Amino acid sequence: MSQIQIWTLVFIVGSFAVYLYIAWRSRVKETAGFYVAGQGIPTIANGAAVAADWMSAASFISMAGLIAFLGSDGTIYLMGWTGGYVLLALLIAPYLRKWGKFTVPEFVGDRYSETVRTIAAVAAIIISFTYVVGQMRGGGIVFSRFLKLDVTQGVILAAVIIGLYAVLGGMKGITWTQVAQYTVLIVAYLIPAFAVAQQMTGIPIPQVSFGQILDELNAISVEMGLNQYTEAFAARPQIDVFLVTMALMIGTAGLPHVIVRFYTTKTVRGARYSAFWALFFIALLYTTAPAVGAFTKLNLLQDVNGVSADALPRWIENWAATGLVTVSDGATTINTVSNSPTSGADLIVNNDILVLASPEIAGLPAPIVGLVAAGGMAAAMSTAAGLLLVISSSFSHDLYFRRVKRDSTDKQRLLAGRIAMGLAVLVAIYAGINPPAFVAQVVAFAFGLAASTFFPAIVLGIFWKRCNATGAAAGMVTGLVFTASYMIYTLPVFGTAANPHIFDISPEGIGTIGAIVNIVVTVVVSKMTAPPPDDIVEMVESIRYPATRREVTAGTAADAA
Amino acid sequence: MTEVTPDKETRGGEPPPAAPPPASPPDNGWRKEYWSRNLRLMVILLAVWFVVSFGFGILLVEPLNNIVIAGFPLGFWFAQQGSIYVFVILIFVYAKMMDRLDNQFGVDEQETEGADK
Repeated sequence: MSQIQIWTLVFIVGSFAVYLYIAWRSRVKETAGFYVAGQGIPTIANGAAVAADWMSAASFISMAGLIAFLGSDGTIYLMGWTGGYVLLALLIAPYLRKWGKFTVPEFVGDRYSETVRTIAAVAAIIISFTYVVGQMRGGGIVFSRFLKLDVTQGVILAAVIIGLYAVLGGMKGITWTQVAQYTVLIVAYLIPAFAVAQQMTGIPIPQVSFGQILDELNAISVEMGLNQYTEAFAARPQIDVFLVTMALMIGTAGLPHVIVRFYTTKTVRGARYSAFWALFFIALLYTTAPAVGAFTKLNLLQDVNGVSADALPRWIENWAATGLVTVSDGATTINTVSNSPTSGADLIVNNDILVLASPEIAGLPAPIVGLVAAGGMAAAMSTAAGLLLVISSSFSHDLYFRRVKRDSTDKQRLLAGRIAMGLAVLVAIYAGINPPAFVAQVVAFAFGLAASTFFPAIVLGIFWKRCNATGAAAGMVTGLVFTASYMIYTLPVFGTAANPHIFDISPEGIGTIGAIVNIVVTVVVSKMTAPPPDDIVEMVESIRYPATRREVTAGTAADAA
Repeated sequence: MTEVTPDKETRGGEPPPAAPPPASPPDNGWRKEYWSRNLRLMVILLAVWFVVSFGFGILLVEPLNNIVIAGFPLGFWFAQQGSIYVFVILIFVYAKMMDRLDNQFGVDEQETEGADK
């Protein structure tokens, strides 16, 4: 065993032991504990749990690599995956917390109708499932590189651990485990980033210091056949950058596994502050990622530029074993680098390895490499657990007990929730072993679907009393069908031929148009049909105020003004 | 929901002059005021959100890139760093301002609120 393998094993086994211990301590006996942790999670802890839940294998493993190769246009992920929290905090979280139940489909079910609830439950399952596949794949990459395990064995091992604590502890176990996982992943992300920043610029704060290397990076990028790093719209047209960023933002605000976290706080006020803490914790990683991307890319290019193919640095050989780095046949010296296998460049580097390989590329010691591996696992597992919970609750709570078996005891519901979770784990294992596409891309599609279904239905449901069930159902179905059709039309992953993009709009950006279509259809159909009944109007009214009004000594609104 | 709805409470003293529709009793003017102030705050914060991210980071990124500070072209900095800092601040401001608003209108949650679920 190499140094790196030993340290990886130490960190992964150690962190897994902590997660299982926490799960055992917080096991639950009631449905409310299983789905929303008894609504008793403190604000900061909830914020950290949201952050871990949110930052997936895509954020930890793939994002900095994507940014490194996208350059300036990497902003679609940076802004897209953080800006949504502003929408979530201002438009959704406090109101859904006030209404306060178990699942997202349950809100639209109460607000609109049982039909809409069923549509929402099915959409929640599809979205979460698309997303969980990416996590399993991310976990598999970590295992195959660092422990020389087969990807299949790696995926099964990760899934069994997640399954254990998710089935045992439900939302309560998952939340406290996620707090631990956040700690592991942020430490694992920041330490190497600080070390690399110190090494390359003498200033250990990567957010500040990566400005200093941008000129150098621009120069060497051009020399090696890549775009200027800071040049905007080199990788994607401006309209597409705009639409993808918007789709990721509103998708974030509409993702069921994120929204449901705001049901677990004690108060409406707690939901607002949870959103703040969540974004604060997320921003720690998201402002570091572009620096990691820039530093690692510069390091990588300088390492290989003009080097002959048999004298390449050791990390290339290590990673070549996973198939994620390839030196082209017949290349004697490395003069061009790309992330695209069809580019014909001398060295092809997959986006997914940049973060995991960055300590090795920078020549940092073995324990740090091991820590990064444990961080990647923490990111993949925490997100997978949150998603599995949504799949399980949508299936058992919103479909089975609503549609099939209406009378049941709390005990039966809890059991059904656990069985659904177990089944979801099995399906996730299968999909993780046979993944359909790249990690970050798969995740991006889940956003398009969330943007075009949930976000409009929820926001209109809160802010527009006149919105009715027929309108919302029509809007969600059109949004979903429109978005999914365009994705199938432009992507080869579903076994169909890929067609060219219409108006430069990529499949990741179509969710924005899908959301607009959804809103238009919802408004038109709502206006054409009868207004919602009085009790629903009253329900919408009541979720707008955090608490029952108490006597205000100073009097009324007039005094306050 | 075990909570008493606000209109029941405010109607408690004397009966309202005419039979009002249940959704908007006449003595609930504070509700309109509270809600419109909430909306105003929301619109202002969302305007900032849009200008910083889509405005500076995407629509105006090319002209802003001509200004370079500490090695960062300004548009590039907004797109990859600045907008994220602004997002964090926006949510914090929203939470703080809503605390004040809730307090002024007496709809802030008392400490026991979580327990009576």
